[in-house]
Amino acid sequence: MRSWLKVISFVGLGLTVVPALLVFAGSIPWATHARLMMVGTVLWFATAPLWLGRTDGTH
Amino acid sequence: MITSDPGIDAAAPPPNTLAERLDALNEFDREPVPQSRLQGKGSFIGLYAGEHVAGTEFVIGPLFVAHGVAAGDLFLGLLLGNLLAVLSWAFITAPIATRTRLNLYWQLRKVAGPNLLFAYNIVNALMFCFLAGSMISVAATAVGLPFGMRMPELADRYPNSAGWVLVVFLVGAVVTTLAILGFSKIATLSKVAAPWMFLVFVAAAVAVLPTLGVRSVGDFWPVAQERIWTGVPAEGVRKFTFWHVLFFAWFCNMAMHIGMADMTILRYARKWQYGFLSAFGMYLGHFVAWIASGILTAAALGSIAPGPIAYLGAGVAGAICVVIAGWTTANPTLYRAGLALQTISPNWKRWKVTLVAGAITTSAALFPALMMKLLDFVALYGLILMPMGAVIFADYWLLPKLGLRREYAQLQRLLFSVPAAVSWVGTLIACWALNRITGLEIFFLGLPGWFMATLLFIGLSYAQQMNGVRTPAYRTVESEP
Repeated sequence: MRSWLKVISFVGLGLTVVPALLVFAGSIPWATHARLMMVGTVLWFATAPLWLGRTDGTH
Repeated sequence: MITSDPGIDAAAPPPNTLAERLDALNEFDREPVPQSRLQGKGSFIGLYAGEHVAGTEFVIGPLFVAHGVAAGDLFLGLLLGNLLAVLSWAFITAPIATRTRLNLYWQLRKVAGPNLLFAYNIVNALMFCFLAGSMISVAATAVGLPFGMRMPELADRYPNSAGWVLVVFLVGAVVTTLAILGFSKIATLSKVAAPWMFLVFVAAAVAVLPTLGVRSVGDFWPVAQERIWTGVPAEGVRKFTFWHVLFFAWFCNMAMHIGMADMTILRYARKWQYGFLSAFGMYLGHFVAWIASGILTAAALGSIAPGPIAYLGAGVAGAICVVIAGWTTANPTLYRAGLALQTISPNWKRWKVTLVAGAITTSAALFPALMMKLLDFVALYGLILMPMGAVIFADYWLLPKLGLRREYAQLQRLLFSVPAAVSWVGTLIACWALNRITGLEIFFLGLPGWFMATLLFIGLSYAQQMNGVRTPAYRTVESEP
């Protein structure tokens, strides 16, 4: 379960950054990048707190 | 005479004196960190990378553009300035932190005495309030976007519209309420948001490069020189040179490294060499993120307001990033401010103190000058707290070499160390005079200030210890009623 959550989280991060590279390359328009980035943001925040925030919080 | 240190006596009565109240608040961190709780490299990489990709980065990059930094000066200044910051963490903060295993509070208490520490805490709290205030302003620029709020501009000092006032109050109220209700949850959110925020910075900048005329990697440098960091400041703004960039990058976290506040973090390091891991924060946050936000401001034709420039690069996700960045920076800062202010009114509940800190913070956030003058404020914040770091450094390394005793305030149970107090205030007065007389800007005062504080403390400690000068001691057992 945890592994799947991590996979989804990293897909979210991928959707945050890869579309911008495609805009730079001229492959997709800016509006598509903005929408995909939003999807990536939702995926990241929906899954990452379930595994990333659960490590030792010594500091 | 038997003396009783209220910070040490486990059977002491409930906290009444200033020293007891302060100690009670910091009780959890009293003991040196045990071996079993030391952390590996991964913790420090994550911590530094997360802490230095924050709301402030959305403002600092654009302000360099506004101050007319040239592209070459920016890149070289950031490379070298950040290197000097990393070396300061590694060679000044980390060695003392890993030897004492104490946080700044307890180490400074030994050197400066509890009453002087109280004054330091209050100054620190006010600085925290203003820093959190600037982050509320940052978040407000994103929250106000859908309402068509008039954005503050570079020259704005006072609230520019009723909409701004309303949005700042709203954001301030939410941040304060959340600081009261759930600090630990916000801390977790901050940890989760950090890698995503960094990628939003990078992605937003990459996505706007074509609008600036960058179609391939080879186009970047000419465009950087001609359209982003042109070397021409905005109207009415003073020009920054290579030296401004270098010293700002070095000293924007002056309170943390040469000011020793990061002893609190680095005391958990297995080795002092972990201080070098601050490079992850410096080069991701204070290099890549500053460059990215500078690119965004150029694409926004010089607009400085973080909300609109992030929206321009990343759409709604960019605006959310600005809100989260401002929020996750403001929240722990507000919490720390509340903690420090609680020493003034120990009978108040934590929520009430945090509410007061939130009110101060929100009032400060109403003034866009705080955000637009963030470079000056950050420099001032570091400068004000730095002398106490120099005092700790001199006390730990230099006094023993001169045959003097370390931690003299604790040794003599002094409430107030005159050498530390005069070094602190004297350095600030000397820096102010240097600024007034020679015109040396605030960004450059940290370096001479550190040497001034060190020399003053050594000289005054020598005089104090040779003459056996005493200031009032902690209460004694015999003096108890």
